[in-house]
Amino acid sequence: MTTHIKLKGVAREYEGMKALRGINLAVNKGEILTIIGHNGSGKTTMLRLMALLDDPTNGEIVYNGEKINKTNAAKYRKEVTMVFQKQVLFNTTVYENIAYGLKLRGERKPNILKMVESALDSVYLKNFGPRCARKLSGGEQQRVILARALALKPELLLLDEPTSNLDPTNAKIVENIIEKLRGKTTAVVATHNIFQAKRISDRVGCLLNGKIIDVDTPKNIFTKPKNEEIRRFARGEFF
Amino acid sequence: MAEGLLDIVIRTLWIAGAALLISAAFSIPISLTIGLRKFRGRETLISIFNSLTGMPTVALGLFLYLLFSNRGPLGLLDLLYTPGAIIIGQAILILPIFVSILTNAIESVDPQLRDLAKTLGASESQASMAVLKEAKKGGVLAAVSAFNRGIAELGVALMIGGNLAGVTRVMTTQISLGISRGEIDMAINLGLVLIAIVFVLTLISNRLRRD
Repeated sequence: MTTHIKLKGVAREYEGMKALRGINLAVNKGEILTIIGHNGSGKTTMLRLMALLDDPTNGEIVYNGEKINKTNAAKYRKEVTMVFQKQVLFNTTVYENIAYGLKLRGERKPNILKMVESALDSVYLKNFGPRCARKLSGGEQQRVILARALALKPELLLLDEPTSNLDPTNAKIVENIIEKLRGKTTAVVATHNIFQAKRISDRVGCLLNGKIIDVDTPKNIFTKPKNEEIRRFARGEFF
Repeated sequence: MAEGLLDIVIRTLWIAGAALLISAAFSIPISLTIGLRKFRGRETLISIFNSLTGMPTVALGLFLYLLFSNRGPLGLLDLLYTPGAIIIGQAILILPIFVSILTNAIESVDPQLRDLAKTLGASESQASMAVLKEAKKGGVLAAVSAFNRGIAELGVALMIGGNLAGVTRVMTTQISLGISRGEIDMAINLGLVLIAIVFVLTLISNRLRRD
């Protein structure tokens, strides 16, 4: 397995509060790695650092063997995208929402049209292009958000609680879409839903109070926990 | 030399339009900076701009008169009693209105929208433009309010424009002159045209903001 992204001793503080405390984590190419943890454990902070929205207070992030710095950040940003926990859409059509990132990448209009259609197809929203994005249902909005991310064909997709606001049907659809990425796109999914982590992950990382306490296969995490702390974690006692 | 009312209306519109463009060129980056960045003194700056929205035009006119007069620090530019002086004066007058309304509109955009644009590959400036686009309704309101304030002001146009026929005479100074000369009918007609311009622009802006 090739390492895609590596966090080496990454820490992050916000106004004196330690949100992350020396995270060491390697994510393999094409795998679906789920980060589970309770609210405030640092999941979102970790994804924001990987998306280069914030800088680590300490430590470094290595992408494809290259340490991220100011000179290569722009290139890296074109290969990574993030889906936020809160549904954020531009106040325009579904088409324009999905086309935004493609336009930034200098794609030509006929290509954009095809890529948007294909992305909408992949989230079962064919012909939704002309509709106003903010007037769709919550489940449809989340799928548009996923389509917007997938249209960019990212190397690394970061998903922050992608199903937390969805009903079971839409959550299932979104999980299926994520699972289809396996082997093609590296996905890091932050969730507090341990059942979801069991279903979709190649590996699961347990984040407790800003520290990764274990990373292993779902089977090992949930059936053969290494110690009492992870056992309690797998039972959801920290949530 | 007598000049037609249409000439005065056209001059008024282009002076106010030019002032609006100049003001927008400064207001947009100022509003983006205040609206999107956290820095020391930000709240004070917002309060200052809010206070200046009610700036007395006569006071501004006097200040600019002293600045542009032959003995003033900018006397060498020979701007006094030129349309250029009125444009600068109006641009300064309407800037706080533009900034206050636009900053408010930018602040009301979801803060995560900027992050979203960045995660889709936008640079800092492209992400700021995405926020600005999202605040476009507030931008329309800011532009129309600023234009209406500029076109309807008298103090600046009179004090640094000098109300020269064919050169710096605008609708408000012509109305003022008409009243002093007893030409009430002309003053009323021009006043109605001025109100109509403001009214129509406001209607258009309301329509644009609804769409």
